[in-house]
Amino acid sequence: MCGIVGIYLKNKKYNSQLGKFLTGMMNSMATRGPDSAGFAIYSSEKKKKYKYSVCSNTDQVKEISKKLSKQVKDIKVKSISDHLIIETVMKPKKFIEILKNHDELSLVGYGSCIEIFKQVGNPKDVVKNFSLEKFSGSHAIGHTRMATESAITTDGSHPYSTGEDECLVHNGSLSNHNNLRRSLQKKGIEIKSMNDTEVAAGYISNGLSDKKSLKETLLDGLKDLDGFYTFISGTKNGMAIVRDEIACKPAVVAETKDYVAIASEFQAMAHLPNVNSAKIFEPEPGKVYSWGK
Amino acid sequence: MNLNLKKESLRKVNETLQSIDRKSNKKIFKVSNPDGNHAICAGLKDEIEVTIDGHTGYYCAGMNMNANIIVNGNVGTGVAENMMSGTVHVKGNASQSAGATAHGGTLIIDGDTSSRCGISMKGIDIIVKGSVGHMSAFMAQSGNLVICGDAGDALGDSIYEANIFIKGKVKSLGADCEEKKMNKKDQNILRSLLKKASINESEIKNFKMYGSARKLYNFNIDNVSEY
Repeated sequence: MCGIVGIYLKNKKYNSQLGKFLTGMMNSMATRGPDSAGFAIYSSEKKKKYKYSVCSNTDQVKEISKKLSKQVKDIKVKSISDHLIIETVMKPKKFIEILKNHDELSLVGYGSCIEIFKQVGNPKDVVKNFSLEKFSGSHAIGHTRMATESAITTDGSHPYSTGEDECLVHNGSLSNHNNLRRSLQKKGIEIKSMNDTEVAAGYISNGLSDKKSLKETLLDGLKDLDGFYTFISGTKNGMAIVRDEIACKPAVVAETKDYVAIASEFQAMAHLPNVNSAKIFEPEPGKVYSWGK
Repeated sequence: MNLNLKKESLRKVNETLQSIDRKSNKKIFKVSNPDGNHAICAGLKDEIEVTIDGHTGYYCAGMNMNANIIVNGNVGTGVAENMMSGTVHVKGNASQSAGATAHGGTLIIDGDTSSRCGISMKGIDIIVKGSVGHMSAFMAQSGNLVICGDAGDALGDSIYEANIFIKGKVKSLGADCEEKKMNKKDQNILRSLLKKASINESEIKNFKMYGSARKLYNFNIDNVSEY
């Protein structure tokens, strides 16, 4: 089943409440996906700096920081539950190579403004573990998972990020992901898991790196991705939603002058400010909707 | 009587509405703060009037019998699914599968519905003042679907004996669905349905009627090579 949620704030006065809004949305979607959860938060851009979201299987944060600081100059490590947010000027290519020598660390996502957290467990516990309520930012995307297609692991959890400041959450399943995975890997897109959604994320990264817009890439996806899906995709500048042509997987959008919220079910948005006077609609099948700067 | 879903559990509220004391004069109820909860007012069976103030989740007013339910908001998937009798009036939009498999009663939707409106309908009258999504009236068996706006792809796919009345454009027709000539009897049916939804009767002339071509009823020997 899975639950997906997204929120884009048009009015900056709500930025400090972003985490609080997303917490409510994720909690109410826990019934749709009780086995794991994850979220991506976009906050203000750090010029010339990168944030690497890393999942660690050890609690010896100090030692890891020490080891890394020998290899990476000007490093700042923040630890939240089993995740580390590593801030440095080092460019992704070089840093990812260094990370590969640390078996205890696995990269979840990176960019100048994105932070990604994901974990196995009930979404209500996951958001608590990461103190999601305290986060602020401009937009955020979340997922509650009911695994159908690959194992219940952190690797199998959403959001997936296969490019700088990109992320994707998915409700549905794809049937041609094995073929697509091979062809994307040949093009140099790194796909680590056997999960179908990671392939779709890789497909989007490939489109964006070909200088296509997110909207164009998602429209191309309607032809190339076989299966059923509702996707919410995030970039530095905003977010977009698309449903396949059959539109079996639900989605509802609520838009006010202050924000745009997307969720699998309306109940996930019932706690948002002035939602009862929002423009509420269901995204039409095969159509891309996007919001952003 | 006001039932507040912020104060009482959904199960309690539904129980109250499902076990009406028939000797009592309490016939009018209000449900506040629905907040998108599922199955609000499901399984009601008495002649009562319930107003839901806000947006609801899935299967609102499902299996309704006799009750008159008004929703001042949008509804999720499967509103009035399997309704037997009574009336459900949605003032906003409806999601997928509105009135699915319903045997009777009237469902009025002031806004639009998304896909599969009236799927497998078995006798219900559905009046949509806006437009409907793709695959509406799929395998519809009996009853009437009135659409004042447009219809999406594959309208009336594999339809049996239901009638579809539509004022706007049809994006495409489904298998075995064709336009029919409206006779006096059909016009009278449409007139009474428009009246129920407070739509001007003079609109009748702007409607077209669709129904089953009845070509899927029996095996066609010309198609034998397809198997």
